[in-house]
Amino acid sequence: MKRWEAYTLPLLATVALLLLWHWSVIWTHTSVFPRPVDVQRGVIELFSKGLLWGYTRDSLYRVGVGYGAAVLLGIPMGLVLGWYPTAAQTTNPVIQILRPISPLAWIPVSVLWFGVTDAAAIFLIFLASLFPIVLATMDGVHGAPGMFVDAGRNFGLSTPALLSRVVFPAALPRIIIGLRIALGVAWLVVVAAEMIAVDSGLGYLIIDSRNAGKRYHLVIAGMLLIGVIGLCLDTGIRQLEKFKFLRWGFYHE
Amino acid sequence: MAGMVQTTVRSKLSLTGLNMTFGHGNEVVDVLENIDLEVREGEFICLLGPSGCGKSTLLNIVGGFLKPSSGEVVIDGEPVRGPDPRRIFVFQERGVFPWLTVEGNIGFGLFRLSRQEKARRIAHYVELVGLQGFERAYPHELSGGMKQRVEVARALAVNPDMLFLDEPFGALDSITRLEMRRELLRIWRAERKTILFVTHDIEESVQLADRVVVMSTRPARIRNIMEINIPHPRDISSRRYLDLRDSIFEQIGLAHKI
Repeated sequence: MKRWEAYTLPLLATVALLLLWHWSVIWTHTSVFPRPVDVQRGVIELFSKGLLWGYTRDSLYRVGVGYGAAVLLGIPMGLVLGWYPTAAQTTNPVIQILRPISPLAWIPVSVLWFGVTDAAAIFLIFLASLFPIVLATMDGVHGAPGMFVDAGRNFGLSTPALLSRVVFPAALPRIIIGLRIALGVAWLVVVAAEMIAVDSGLGYLIIDSRNAGKRYHLVIAGMLLIGVIGLCLDTGIRQLEKFKFLRWGFYHE
Repeated sequence: MAGMVQTTVRSKLSLTGLNMTFGHGNEVVDVLENIDLEVREGEFICLLGPSGCGKSTLLNIVGGFLKPSSGEVVIDGEPVRGPDPRRIFVFQERGVFPWLTVEGNIGFGLFRLSRQEKARRIAHYVELVGLQGFERAYPHELSGGMKQRVEVARALAVNPDMLFLDEPFGALDSITRLEMRRELLRIWRAERKTILFVTHDIEESVQLADRVVVMSTRPARIRNIMEINIPHPRDISSRRYLDLRDSIFEQIGLAHKI
């Protein structure tokens, strides 16, 4: 692909899609579904009322705390479960049963425990991010080359030192893939959680705009913002792969 | 035993009646059969044998990573119970930690030292293996030969008294391999370690070792132990060198005509 094509083609596709959207609304004579220009007006409206910043901040805060706690707990958990086969065997049935349950199925339980509060949403995000992180870390520990572990033992490292100085860095590229998946899931879950468990944030914006007078231009505006912020989060976490001490796990020169 | 005169060079390592089998029941593979070997302090020993004969298994047992099925490994009068920082195993260059810089790798085993002492040691071994200017480089930025130097330096930095090298130069091109042999001999003379070096390369063993332990195909037995009494630097076109090399070729049953 030539350089100019790399920019022009995606731009053309986007413009085509916007035009199709615009004309579809006009052709179908719908009175509810907004045109792109209405959505643009929606974004400006949210921005000028100061809601945009407040809701985004609330959503990011919940993801930050829930996801952060999952990272802090999930990585050590994954290291221990990956390192000690007995620990993995003991917890395996519980993990395997809990894992396929959608985080959304926990919404009623979460509201029961924490009420309609930030804590309910944070708990859901924590739960949703924990499993990908634990499983990726365990996987990374299993994939750590035996040669590195042998070398670590040869230099007289204790087990905790071996885990932190050899097993953890050896597993880090896979852990980061888990962190990336978990962040994507957390961002999906925060929207759903905010529709039910709290009364602020981008998920709340969407459901509230619909309930309070079917203001679909705001619904779509909220959706697009979620998409853009999600993309930014993913791009951000991908920057980790570029660290020099991690490059070996992602690029093979 | 004060006052007693020690007349022989101290035995560093002794292997007695070592056997190793892998597997269970009907699928048992004999890997090592009745290995006896004495190694003197400061000696450079090559374990020479065909690929897959079990010489790496032997090195892993001596290194404490595997337990033999029977027999005994004694180093400095003590039975070996596991890996020990006094004896460092050097893998092929794939053993360097890719997440650490050259400095980080060389300093890896120095966690008990003060910061100044650690920095001094790292600088010394960076220089010994000729990696000045690459201290902050990561392994993926280095060539195979340089990575191998990092691993040797990492091993030497903890001041072990034995080094176990498992076909360390096997993955390098032939020119780099020759350079690395010369480097290793220089380091060995400077640091006086006891070295066990596994190789399947006859020339390599005759160039490096004080004694070459020639092993058979699996199950590996010691076929013969050759004394290579040629002073270093060795002239690899001398009569003596060629005679010793050819006699090993014959013992292994290879005609050296292609």
